[in-house]
Amino acid sequence: MANFLGTQINPKSFHPSQLKFYLFLVPVGLVMILPVFYVVGQAFKPLSELFLFPPRFIVSNPTLDNFARLFRTASGTGVPMTRYLFNSLIVTTLTILVTLLVTLMTGYALSKKKFGLKKAIFSINQTALMFVATAVAIPRYLVVTGLGLTNSFAAHIIPYLAMPVGLFLVKQFIDQVPDELIEAAKIDGANDWHILTKIVGPLVKPALATVAILSFQMIWNSTESSNIYVIDETKKTFAFYMNTLTASSAGPAGAGIAAAAGLVMFIPNLAIFIIMQGNVMDTMSHSGIK
Amino acid sequence: MAETLLNRINGSKAAKVFRARIKRPDVLKDKASTALLLAPYVLLFSLFIIIPVVAAIGLSFTYFNGIEAPAFAKMFGLYNYIMILTQDEVFLRYVLPNTLKYAIITGPGGYALSFMMAWMLSQIQAKPRKWIALALYTPSMLGGVLVGVIFRTLFSGDKSGYINAILLDWGLVNIPVDFLQSGDYLMQIMIFVTLWSSMGIGFLSMLAGILNINREMYEAAYIDGIKNRMQEIFYITIPSMKPQMLFGAVMAIVGAFNAGGIGVALSGSNPTPQYAGQLIVNHIDDYGFIRYEMGYAAALSVILLLVILFFSKIAYRLFGERD
Repeated sequence: MANFLGTQINPKSFHPSQLKFYLFLVPVGLVMILPVFYVVGQAFKPLSELFLFPPRFIVSNPTLDNFARLFRTASGTGVPMTRYLFNSLIVTTLTILVTLLVTLMTGYALSKKKFGLKKAIFSINQTALMFVATAVAIPRYLVVTGLGLTNSFAAHIIPYLAMPVGLFLVKQFIDQVPDELIEAAKIDGANDWHILTKIVGPLVKPALATVAILSFQMIWNSTESSNIYVIDETKKTFAFYMNTLTASSAGPAGAGIAAAAGLVMFIPNLAIFIIMQGNVMDTMSHSGIK
Repeated sequence: MAETLLNRINGSKAAKVFRARIKRPDVLKDKASTALLLAPYVLLFSLFIIIPVVAAIGLSFTYFNGIEAPAFAKMFGLYNYIMILTQDEVFLRYVLPNTLKYAIITGPGGYALSFMMAWMLSQIQAKPRKWIALALYTPSMLGGVLVGVIFRTLFSGDKSGYINAILLDWGLVNIPVDFLQSGDYLMQIMIFVTLWSSMGIGFLSMLAGILNINREMYEAAYIDGIKNRMQEIFYITIPSMKPQMLFGAVMAIVGAFNAGGIGVALSGSNPTPQYAGQLIVNHIDDYGFIRYEMGYAAALSVILLLVILFFSKIAYRLFGERD
């Protein structure tokens, strides 16, 4: 009790009693990212070091060879790697943009509008938080086929637009926006679209950023749509390509390319998250389920 | 008599609403606008979440091979379920025990780990906290493909694998251990990898929850006679952040079942060697997309959804706020 500033939750200053937490957290944190450092090292290793026994963790002569080879590689059917990367960029961007729009619209309606099914929709969505898509992969496949989406770019996008977690987070965040603000805008003659784009949207930016990150992670890393819905090799995504690359390339030479591909996949994830971390934490403080 | 009835009709709630609508067409316009706002999500949600679940339940009572129309299954449609629970040796001997073991360790285990880490992080200063939290969160954003790549090389079954190289170097083993293909260690490695990547969005939610607890709560609690950190956690911290605890729990459950593909990613084959890492998700894939017994696979899906629902119910019982 003596030094409450240093020993309380979210301390403002250092206190020796915090040492025990650092002693635990720092090693654990290091172990957690060790495999990531390993991929980074692997990606920059020249062929000679990849073959080395015993394998070394730290690269001594870093080189960009693996990346050069990665960008020159093509799949067994002759589709260049850059094509997959391009597909992934298009698919991911479109999915995120549409997801954000749909989520914001629905979140606003569920939070600020009055209608009969409001409670029902919200609680169904809350139940769907535990939805595991892989569990119903077959009926989902039948729906995608039934809609005629198979083998199109839309098959990468449309099935993933409804994101229960995203809607949940955005709705919780919009709940914090005072009703008076929206009433005032209405009196000034704003319609829902104006309110959404000019008032609610900008105010809930942290939640939108969080949804963008989650959606990005899901789509960018997903191989499901390429595996199941899309047959045409030129329409498949980078995550899928990487999966075939690593599955087929046994041996150190392949491992180097795989690590380089892994890094290309991972860096955007990391960069976006670091930039948005503050927003994410902001959103998470309203994430509780009551 | 007739007059009072008329008065009552005029004074009723429905009449008021009706009059309000006649007087103000903007109310109708507002309703239309709300419907437009909701339409896209409701449509997409129904198509890709509700219909698949309902269809899975429907198909589970049929024989369906993906080509012919589904035929109602024998034994009042329960044939698939009866086969799963009595005849499917792989399911009963491997898949079910594996799934339970995996889910029970990685679900509650990952959850407890996330809470513990979040709590410790809340005890240190903001700047280092931010970076350590990032390190803990990083594995969860790698995605299945990359996790497969990393751990396939680390646990590679020849001497070029890092773990084997270390074990050989220290003289703990004489020949490289076949970690991923022999089936002896696959489950342990899967559990390790899943726990490693379990500090995701639920973890961030709990961290934010702990940091948001009003400081005065703790001061008051100490005045009221709380003596140590353990009491503080159980009497103040957890009760004050129940909503985040629940969100974290739901995310942990979903994470545990979603990560089911990890065994296949590590070993490179479905079924996994000697069914050692075979989880119910892989069993569904095996029947649905390899053998095209889709009715059977759908019945397995329904069982999985029920298991998930059951675990979530427990979480809601523990942390939900009862009205």
